[in-house]
Amino acid sequence: MSDVFHLTATEIAARDASGDASATEITQAHLDRIAAVDDRVHAFLHVDAEGALAAATAVDERRAAGEELGPLAGVPIAVKDIVATKGVPSTAASKILEGWRPPYDATIVTRMREAGLVMLGKTNLDEFAMGSSTEYSAYGPTFNPWDLSRIPGGSGGGSAAALAAYEAPLAVGTDTGGSIRQPAAVTGTVGAKPTYGGTSRYGLIAFSSSLDTPGPCARTVEDAALLHAVLAGHDPRDSTSIPQPVPDVVGAARRGASGDLTGVKLGLVREFSGEGAEPGVMAAFHDAVDALTKLGAEVVEVSCPHFEYALPAYYLIAPSECSSNLARFDGVRYGLRVGDDGAKSLEEVMSLTRESGFGPEVKRRIMIGTYALSSGYYDAYYGQAQKVRTLITRDFTSAFEQVDVLISPTTPFVAFPLGARTADPYQMYLADLYTIPVNLYGGPGISVPCGLSEGLPVGLQIAAPTLADDRMYRVAAALESAIGTLTPGELS
Amino acid sequence: MTVTLPPYEDVVARYEPVIGLETHVELGTNTKMFCGCPTDFGGQPNTRICPVCLGLPGSLPVANKAAIEATIRIGLALNCTIATWCRFARKNYFYPDMPKNYQISQYDEPLCTDGWLDVEVDGELVRIGIERVHLEEDTGKTLHVGGATGRIHGATESLVDYNRAGIPLVEIVTKPIPGTGALAPVVARAYVTELRDVIRSLDVSDVRMEQGSLRCDVNTSLNLPGHEWGTRTETKNVNSLRSVERAVRSEIIRQASVLDAGGRIVQETRHFHEDTGDTTSGRSKETATDYRYFPEPDLVPLAPDAEWVSTLKAGLPELPRLHRKRLQAEWGLSDLDMQSVVNAGAVELIEQTIAAGTTPEGARKWWLGELARRANEAGIELAAVGATPAHVAELQRLVDEGKLNDKLARAVLEGVVAGEGAPTEIMTARGLGVVSDTGALTAAVDEAIAANPDVAEKIREGKVAAAGVLVGAVMKATRGQADAKTVRELIIARLS
Amino acid sequence: MAAISREEVAHLARLSRLAVTDQEIDLFAGQLDVILQAVARVGEVVAEDIPPTSHSVPLTNVLRDDVVQPCLTPEEALAGAPDAEEGRFRVPRILEEEA
Repeated sequence: MSDVFHLTATEIAARDASGDASATEITQAHLDRIAAVDDRVHAFLHVDAEGALAAATAVDERRAAGEELGPLAGVPIAVKDIVATKGVPSTAASKILEGWRPPYDATIVTRMREAGLVMLGKTNLDEFAMGSSTEYSAYGPTFNPWDLSRIPGGSGGGSAAALAAYEAPLAVGTDTGGSIRQPAAVTGTVGAKPTYGGTSRYGLIAFSSSLDTPGPCARTVEDAALLHAVLAGHDPRDSTSIPQPVPDVVGAARRGASGDLTGVKLGLVREFSGEGAEPGVMAAFHDAVDALTKLGAEVVEVSCPHFEYALPAYYLIAPSECSSNLARFDGVRYGLRVGDDGAKSLEEVMSLTRESGFGPEVKRRIMIGTYALSSGYYDAYYGQAQKVRTLITRDFTSAFEQVDVLISPTTPFVAFPLGARTADPYQMYLADLYTIPVNLYGGPGISVPCGLSEGLPVGLQIAAPTLADDRMYRVAAALESAIGTLTPGELS
Repeated sequence: MTVTLPPYEDVVARYEPVIGLETHVELGTNTKMFCGCPTDFGGQPNTRICPVCLGLPGSLPVANKAAIEATIRIGLALNCTIATWCRFARKNYFYPDMPKNYQISQYDEPLCTDGWLDVEVDGELVRIGIERVHLEEDTGKTLHVGGATGRIHGATESLVDYNRAGIPLVEIVTKPIPGTGALAPVVARAYVTELRDVIRSLDVSDVRMEQGSLRCDVNTSLNLPGHEWGTRTETKNVNSLRSVERAVRSEIIRQASVLDAGGRIVQETRHFHEDTGDTTSGRSKETATDYRYFPEPDLVPLAPDAEWVSTLKAGLPELPRLHRKRLQAEWGLSDLDMQSVVNAGAVELIEQTIAAGTTPEGARKWWLGELARRANEAGIELAAVGATPAHVAELQRLVDEGKLNDKLARAVLEGVVAGEGAPTEIMTARGLGVVSDTGALTAAVDEAIAANPDVAEKIREGKVAAAGVLVGAVMKATRGQADAKTVRELIIARLS
Repeated sequence: MAAISREEVAHLARLSRLAVTDQEIDLFAGQLDVILQAVARVGEVVAEDIPPTSHSVPLTNVLRDDVVQPCLTPEEALAGAPDAEEGRFRVPRILEEEA
């Protein structure tokens, strides 16, 4: 375990700062690792070796010039390919954006670059982040480094697998219904969804605008907190960005790592007590709850009666917004155009472009959303889903009057074999049963490894009140100190 | 198909028209509605765009404060209630001039509602109800290539320029206007004129119909007296004040001819044709797309508080109708005289000319006389005639100082209109000033006497009336630049 | 009872500008039916007096000053265009009139 690519971001940063290793060496080591294993994992859609080495050299030069650099300067990072990166392909794993190179950087990418992070490349996802297994990528699936016949979760399977396969120490994800947390759970990594509005959406190719949240992915809680601190903060380009200071997530993670949770109240949601979840997942979860209790935490059962409507509400709100957000992909201004033979009309060319540019899950969701927003159905579907959102928010608010955080398994099942849930779309949707309420509420949530079931990782989700992101990091770091990190076998 | 249309007077004697107007005003903000791109006209195609107004994946809108304030000010000037909380909504439909394939607009929560505007028609006030005033973004411009007339039909391809996409657009919708009878077309025109003047007075848009910064759709329906209102049509492409009146009139006649023949009015969009004055059928509203409106999730709600609104209200200017009343009194004009000033579009011009030092009579004389005649001949608005209030004030000053006579002043004005410069410059350059140098005049007088000895003799004999001939000769010799009265005095003095 | 018919799926595809095949219509009709029946459960919550939530952040009046920012160059703007002509985006002939 002495290879550079096994180091955490915190360890890399320490080596960089002390002069034990240069950012260029660290970056090259990760590029070599990608070259060695990514043909089997397929975490990356695009590796930008040239850009990465140039960025690393720049960091080394700044350090040599005596410049004061941030705590993650020189650390390599992988970015989910739904984030716009200037001059670097940004496809959202869709054929419709094949070859598109944005003329601008997302705000979180600008922040990343300013912090001296070195972008290795763009990672795979379910097309437009719609899915829970990365099987809906137009460029082929990503494979779980724990078992290459299984899915790495989704939609951010590429980012999570890159971490688990030691291709990158850090990654950026986006979470609309669980796309950071569920892949983290099934790959034994850490993934956090910040408070909605805490991290800027400017430059995120939109799936569901009122839910999309970019956030950090890492192998340790402290690394995740360090990246969180870089990504978060008010952005005047995003009207929904919160103009308030970012909570001290790094301090909270370090405090939690001491392993003392005395006085902390953990809420166990009665409605998520295991129905529909695999027994192995529930067993690992309960062991973790015991461990947290031993650290001094108090466990309280709370009721959130409307959580059972979260999944239906989500599968109305997200498709509705996506049906509108994805209308812009029409073959006029950028991306794919199909059927322009000089005879066909614009209307035909648009329809043929969208038909061949979008995969089946995207088409399904566009049609569901179009249906739910139609004048005759709006009140019964979209309007009612927004009322459910209000009720779920009330459930959270009243729960947080009794407890500090809510805990549950992150996802009801461990990594499943490829193809197991693609035939029945609704079975796939169930993967996000426990993560979705957090998105509808808008608060922060983190998934942290809590044990194994059938030799595969299980994640525990910690949800905190909006703007109290620091609270979940404290509990997550404490759990990590008790259980340790999970390490997959070496890729054969 | 040739249909004999019934006479208008006959139609409005039998049917009652109900009209309604939807007006779009492009705001004159520095930047677009949701991004920092400039709104200036005339740039090369696709040079006023950024990721936001080009709808690039990942880009997000942020609302322009100046546009919100302009809309609230319009709402206040139209006596509307300003919403205390409202949202933008997405209007979803596919069209290539719309970069996101949805328009950010307002749907069931407009910024301003339920107001009115008083309009003067034939000396009487008509109160037009305002249903709503809301804010949205404009679309790009599509150029149709390969068709006969640049129209969409017959074109082989189209080219899109997004410079206009995202410019703030205010939509002002009236309540239905019944009970205007035969005056419906005149009321429609008077309303749009008054609305234009109100918005211009707020300094939020240049409201020029010919440039498209003020656009108007006209709704028309007919019903028999005592019956329910009829099905309405929406006429688009109405691009001048005159067209507003013509479009309503022609649509009233067309609908009557359909109804007279036992037909049914179809709810549809119709297009007005400037050349023929007719409307033709466009898209049927019955097959219109479902726009699937929903609250725009990329923008947070607007909640104008009472303090903000009252600050904006305190900053409103005197509104045009009241302003005109005050000016009429100050200028001492009759209703009829004031009406002709208004009709000529000369209120502001005269006001500014007076502010530059001219008397009301002096200012009115030039703008309604010589300049109105020239504008009329050229078929342009008075404001575009080429002379400014400062020019006219300077011209009148030269006349008052005796440096120009009436004839010379008109010649100088011709130079001003031709763009040769300011009146004093032109007077000097063209040598048009009144000759007041007695030495030069005396020489001309002597010459005239020498050339006309018989006339001179008559004057010496006391027949002073004959002096006219010599005055004419001197004026001719000085190319009209002499003061006729001075010349006459000189001649008589010489010959007595 | 099915929540959605084949004809409705075809209509949705047209509204969404998707040139779906007959085979897809069959497939989607079945799948959308399952999904729509499942999500229709939101109707079980009687919510007369419940206000809808469209935004989870309690912000209002997020506004920008009216100050000009740099634009893209025409080259950047048109770089991704499938087809361009004379500095404009070229599209095939348009059938429908402007809305």
